[in-house]
Amino acid sequence: MTATTRPTPPRRRLKPLLAGLALGLLASTASNAAMLDVEKDELKFGFIKLTDMAPLAIAYELGYFEDEGLYVTLEPQANWKVLLDGVITGTLDGAHMLAGQPLAATIGYGTKAHIVTPFSMDLNGNGITVSNAVWELMKPHLEMDAEGKPVHPISAAALKPVIDEFDAEGRPFNLGMVFPVSTHNYELRYWLAAGGVNPGYYSPEDVSGQIAADAYLSVTPPPQMPATLEAGTIDGYAVGEPWNQAAVFKKIGVPVITDYDIWKNNPEKVFGMTAEFTEANPNTTLAITKALIRAAKWLDENDNANRQEAVEILSRSEYVGADAEVIAASMTGTFEFEAGDVRDVPDFNVFYRYFATYPYYSDAVWYLTQMRRWGQIAEDQPDSWYDEVAKSVYKPEIYLEAARLLVEEGLVDEADFPWDSAGYREPTAEFIDGVTYDGTKPNAYIDSLEIGLKTGDSVVGAEVVAAN
Amino acid sequence: MTLASEAPAPATERRQKLFTAINRSAAWLSALGFGWLVPLLRIAAGDDPREQMGELRDSLLFPLMGIAAFLLAWAIFAPQVQTSLGAIPGPAQVWEQAGSLWQDHVAERQKEADFYVRQDERNAELIADDRADDVKWRAYTGKPTYLDQIVTSLKTVGLGFLIATIIAVPLGIASGLSRPFNGALNPLVQLFKPVSPLAWLPIVTMVVSALYVDASDAFPKALVISAVTVTLCSLWPTLINTALGVASIDKDLVNVGKVLQLSTPTTITKLVLPSALPLIFTGLRLSLGVGWMVLIAAEMLAQNPGLGKFVWDEFQNGSSTSLARIIVAVLTIGIIGFLLDRVMFTLQTAFTFSGKR
Repeated sequence: MTATTRPTPPRRRLKPLLAGLALGLLASTASNAAMLDVEKDELKFGFIKLTDMAPLAIAYELGYFEDEGLYVTLEPQANWKVLLDGVITGTLDGAHMLAGQPLAATIGYGTKAHIVTPFSMDLNGNGITVSNAVWELMKPHLEMDAEGKPVHPISAAALKPVIDEFDAEGRPFNLGMVFPVSTHNYELRYWLAAGGVNPGYYSPEDVSGQIAADAYLSVTPPPQMPATLEAGTIDGYAVGEPWNQAAVFKKIGVPVITDYDIWKNNPEKVFGMTAEFTEANPNTTLAITKALIRAAKWLDENDNANRQEAVEILSRSEYVGADAEVIAASMTGTFEFEAGDVRDVPDFNVFYRYFATYPYYSDAVWYLTQMRRWGQIAEDQPDSWYDEVAKSVYKPEIYLEAARLLVEEGLVDEADFPWDSAGYREPTAEFIDGVTYDGTKPNAYIDSLEIGLKTGDSVVGAEVVAAN
Repeated sequence: MTLASEAPAPATERRQKLFTAINRSAAWLSALGFGWLVPLLRIAAGDDPREQMGELRDSLLFPLMGIAAFLLAWAIFAPQVQTSLGAIPGPAQVWEQAGSLWQDHVAERQKEADFYVRQDERNAELIADDRADDVKWRAYTGKPTYLDQIVTSLKTVGLGFLIATIIAVPLGIASGLSRPFNGALNPLVQLFKPVSPLAWLPIVTMVVSALYVDASDAFPKALVISAVTVTLCSLWPTLINTALGVASIDKDLVNVGKVLQLSTPTTITKLVLPSALPLIFTGLRLSLGVGWMVLIAAEMLAQNPGLGKFVWDEFQNGSSTSLARIIVAVLTIGIIGFLLDRVMFTLQTAFTFSGKR
C-alpha cells in the first residue's frame, strides 16, 4: 500500500522517466511532462511561412519543447529546396516538410537522402486559387444555386473551356505549385485530371512535368504566389494557407476549391528528420514527437477553442507574419471563396482529430502512387515496393512510443491514438471523382485513374508509350 | 587706469583661445557631419550672429529644408499609390513601425530574460537533485530582433571589408611598384570588377561550404558566405586606388630611396605607404560603400541573417505593416551607410593630416 495518493505510471523506461517525473512534480509547474534523457538538446528546425507550421510554433511558445528538455530554434526558410537541403546537410535537425519530400528523397527523386518521419503535422489546409480574369471566364460554366452563388465543389471541368480558349489564342495556361513533389502539385493535378484536364507528365529526361500538358504547372515558393499571380506570370495556383485567403483580401484572385473537397482529410505536411539523426538520437526524436503531439492536441482541443490564440501567435513576424485576420480566415473553420462568399469548412485545418498526427503508411503510398501516375517514378513497381518504401520513411512505432509516454504522464487520452492500426487506413472513396483508394493495392489504384500513366506505361520523349 | 586697461586683456585672450579651439575643431566637426555646429558654437562664444548666419543657413537650414520637402512629398504622394498590401505608408506609419520594432526588441529581451530564469530554475533543480553533471547553459533560442539584425549586418560587412583590405592593399602596392605585375593583374581587375554579388553568391556558397567545414559559433557559415561575397565585390576600389597612389609617388622620393639603398620593406613603410595613404583611404572609403550596398543583396538572396533577410522576410510576410517595416529598413540601411562613410572620411582626414607632417 505505498503511494496510493498519486497514480503511478507503469514502469517502462524506468530511470530517466521516474527521475524526470519526480523532477516535474517537485517543480510544480503547469505541466508535468517527464524529461527523457535526450542525446541532443539544442536543435534547429526549419519551416516555411504557412499556417500548418503551427505545431512547431505552439510547441515552442507554450514551452512543450522545453518541458521535454529541448532547446529549439525555429528558422523560416526561403523555399522547400533550401529547407530540404538544410535537413540533409545537417544545418537543420528537422523541418516542417511536404509529405512528398521525405518519400522522394528516400527513393532518390530530385535528391537522395534517407529522410524519415514519426509525425504527420496536419490534414487538409490547401486551396486552389485562380486569377480574377480566369474566374470571370469560368463563371458561365458554373452551376449556380438559388442564391446565385456557385455550387461547391467546383470541378476542373469548368476550367476546361477556359484552357481551351487560351489554347485557341495560342496562350499557355500557367499554374503555380510550390514544389515538384509537393502535396499541392498532386492535389492540383488530381483536381485537373478529375475534370478532364491533363496536367502533363514527368520523364527522367524532362523534369519540367509539362510533357503533353493542357495546363502548365511550374514551381513558385508559397509566399510569392500572390505576387506572381498579380504579375500575371501564372493564372492560378495551389498553395497552403494563408496564401489563398491573401488573394481574396488583396482582391487579386478567387479560391475555387479547397483540398478538403478534392480528398476529405488528406494528409498534408510531415515533420522530417534524417534517418541518421533519429538513429543517433532516439530519445531526442521521441521527445520532439511528444512535444509536437501535445501541440497538435492543443490546437484542436475543445472544438478548436485555442485557435484564436494560435492565430495571434502565427501572425507574429517570426512565424507566418501575415495579418491575423487573413490567417484567422482559414484557421477558425471558415473559408472565403469569392469576396463575401464565406463558407464553413470546420475541418479546413485538422491538427489532431481523426488521428491526424499518426504517420499512416497508406498516406505515404498515396503520394507514391501519384509520383508513378505522373511519371516521377519512371518504371512500374510491385505493390510490395510501395509498402517497403512507406515503411522505411514513415515511423508509426516511434510515434506510438511517444504517445504511450504522454498517456502515462496523463497529458493525452488513450483514445486519441490508433494503437492497433496496421498503418493502413480503411479504403476510402472520399475523393472529388469518387474513385476508391486502397493503400494496400497501389497498382490497381493507379490503373483505376482516368488520366495518368498506368501499369506498363512509360514516357519516352514527348509521348506516353504503353507496354507492348 | 592701468587696472582698467589690463582687465579686458585676459578676457580677449580667453575668447581668442576659444575661437582658435573652435576653428581647429571645425575640420573635425565637418568631417563627422557636424559642420553646422561650428557657426552655432561661434555665436555661443560671442561672435556676431549676423556674420555666422550665412554659414548656418548653408550648413543647417538648407539641409533641413531638403529633408522637410522630402517628408512632405512622401506624406502627400505615398498614400496615393495603392498596392496589394494597401497604400504605400507615409512617414507617420513608418515612424510608428520603427517604434513597434523597438517594442518587439524590448519584448524579445524580456522573453530572453524569462528563458534564462527558467533555465536557472531547471539547473537549480538538477543540482538539488544531485544531478549537477546534467547542468547545462544554453544560449537563448528566440528570434533575432531588428537591432540584432543590424548588428549582424555590421559584423558581416566589417569582416568582408577587413578581408578585402588585407587582399587589396598589398596587391595594390605590388602593382603600383611593378609595371609587369600591374600588367598581369589589370585584365583580371577589369574582368571581375563589374561582376554582381548575386552572381558571386552561388560560387561563394559552394566553395565556403566545401572549405569551411568546422564552423565556429563566432563565425557561422552564413556570415562567412555573406562576408566573402562582400569582399569579392568591394576589394576593387581599394586595389585600384592603392595602385594609383603608389604609382604616383614623387620620383625624387623614390630616387632618394635608391641612393640611400633602402631595403624593400623600408621603402614601402617609410616612403610608399605614407605618400600613398590619402589615395588608399579614398579607395577604402569607396570599398566600404560598395560593400555595404552589396551586403544587403547577398543577405536577401542567401537568406543569411542580417538586414537583407529582414527585408525579405517582411516581403514574404505580406502583412499590412510589412511595407512600412521595409521602409524602416531602407532608411536604416541609408543612415548606416552614411555613418560608415563618415567614419572612413574622418579616418582619412586624420591620416592625411599625419601624412602632411
